[in-house]
Amino acid sequence: MNTTSLKVPQEGYYGEFGGAYIPEMLYPNTRELQERYLTILESAGFRKELSSLLKDYAGRPTPLYHAARLSEYYHTNIYLKREDLTHTGAHKINNALGQILLARKLGKKRIIAETGAGQHGVATATVCARMGMQCTVYMGALDVVRQHPNVERMKLLGAEVVPVEQGNRTLKDAVNEALRDWISHPGETYYLIGSVVGPHPYPDLVARLQSVISEELMWQMKEKTGHAEPDTIIACVGGGSNAAGIFYHYLDKPAVRLIAVEAGGKGVDTGETAATIALGLTGILHGSKTYVIQDEDGQITEPYSVSAGLDYPGIGPLLSHLFREKRVEFYTANDEEALRAARFLARHEGIIPALESAHALALLDKMTFPPDRHIVINLSGRGDKDLETILNRDEK
Amino acid sequence: MNRIDHLFKNKPHRVLSVYFTAGYPHLTDTVPVIKTLSDQGADMIEIGVPFSDPVADGPVIQHSDTVALKNGMTLKKLIGQLKGIRQTTGVPLLLMSYLNPVLRYGMEAFCRDIATQEIDGVIIPDLPPEEYIKEYKMLFTTHNLKNIFLVTPQTPGERIHFLDREGEGFLYVVSSRSTTGMKNAFSKEQTSYFRHLREMNLTNKLLAGFGISNRKTFDQACRYLNGAIVGSAYIKALEQEDDPVRGTRKFIHSIEGKNISG
Repeated sequence: MNTTSLKVPQEGYYGEFGGAYIPEMLYPNTRELQERYLTILESAGFRKELSSLLKDYAGRPTPLYHAARLSEYYHTNIYLKREDLTHTGAHKINNALGQILLARKLGKKRIIAETGAGQHGVATATVCARMGMQCTVYMGALDVVRQHPNVERMKLLGAEVVPVEQGNRTLKDAVNEALRDWISHPGETYYLIGSVVGPHPYPDLVARLQSVISEELMWQMKEKTGHAEPDTIIACVGGGSNAAGIFYHYLDKPAVRLIAVEAGGKGVDTGETAATIALGLTGILHGSKTYVIQDEDGQITEPYSVSAGLDYPGIGPLLSHLFREKRVEFYTANDEEALRAARFLARHEGIIPALESAHALALLDKMTFPPDRHIVINLSGRGDKDLETILNRDEK
Repeated sequence: MNRIDHLFKNKPHRVLSVYFTAGYPHLTDTVPVIKTLSDQGADMIEIGVPFSDPVADGPVIQHSDTVALKNGMTLKKLIGQLKGIRQTTGVPLLLMSYLNPVLRYGMEAFCRDIATQEIDGVIIPDLPPEEYIKEYKMLFTTHNLKNIFLVTPQTPGERIHFLDREGEGFLYVVSSRSTTGMKNAFSKEQTSYFRHLREMNLTNKLLAGFGISNRKTFDQACRYLNGAIVGSAYIKALEQEDDPVRGTRKFIHSIEGKNISG
């Protein structure tokens, strides 16, 4: 396995996945980003400002927490990477801070974003407030209802939240509307995309910004356990940004087992699912070639998951490539399994996880690990936003 | 000679191309709509393949796509409906589709099957020209199909020359920074962009699209370019008339501003 080909795209492609399948209207915008993102990301000034913001504003490094009761119950050593403890409550802030600095360097005045669970929307609204930039967030109308606390947070932070009524009124439809906005405002607007999806260079840009998670994990692991590397890393996957972030620096360390958990919804075979790798075929969605859940006529299938952040019929091209290269194993967890895992963590560790992250935790019920192993789970976000969903499910 | 080249040779000015979504308003409207458009004087017809996620389209075409998909339209069905279409019309026919349905059908099978029905070209808005040239141009040439490129108000000068050099059939001039949809008139900025394009002396003919909705916008575009493409406004007109023949006749009349018999 060639390590550079695993995480660094060649001319915008990870193997056969990626590219920039965009209408001509978006050519100047994406071209500008393609030509400038690496220079800006690697410049000393950018790095210094970003690392200071990550530390003092976002609260990094996030702890690597030894979950003692969880470990006891599952007879192995379980560690949680506490992205839920960042400012705004999820890993999304890592990316939002990086991209807002990039947008400012590019001289953009207005920021647009899509959001599913609302975590990326809140992160974007937050960094826009911090930088004094105008912010519009597109959010599926169904998600506006089921993640209502985050809508209120975005509004309080000064963002305009636009409910999207098209399609299934979830994340995919929000991305469509954000792309349409970008087409209509090409000069002054920056599209602050929330996951490792979209046309090149977004998948690489977002993966690099999220790679701070695994960068920290490398020294924390040594410090906490004396072991150089964890045996296994588990992350949930919708678009794939938290997984890309925690896998990133381990992609070239084949001894570390990497596991991604997709949202099975009501079950992979029920038609109401968001398990892209389990069901998808190669296709084009939101500007990149990747696995996509679609019908035989090439129409994108409306996905379903109890977790708004995983309710997406595509997946980042990097993760499609990692699946194809057999570097990452993919499993699914259904709604009920995730909900059970969320309640279990709340009761046993006093941590209420986001329903997205609960999908990663749910794998512990499906797989056994030897007692001497060190398992790291990316606790990508906190569950405050999901209380209503969890409580409603309790009543049933 | 491809029908598109032939059209521009005989009619270099005021070319009217009309877009409609296949399967809208009804699944079986495809052939009657093509026949009526052709009878009523449309110079070229763009047949839209409905897609679940049409990111370059505004609300009117999005809605027509949703209805057409609910009606059960697919690319396979559409190609079936187009069988024998050359007994109905001699005007150039283009298919407009997003890339994913075409890839699922298979690019080779797609080119072969539409060429068999004597379709003249395609517009695939999310297939970048560079990708097309690298992967598919040979295939298209073999089947005598034109792939139409877009230029926009943001396209840099040297890229316009690149698109003109590599372009086939005509260049689709996106009139404004927007998704598809209707406007009542073009701004000074837009008409000076049209003028600028005309003055570049490009090899390809130029048709304006996005925002052409009435006589005024059609005339404004034709003052500088070789003609224009109407989409959303026609779909709106079909919505407002029960009889597609009458709706189409009234619509073409309102754009071209002349009396059409029939």
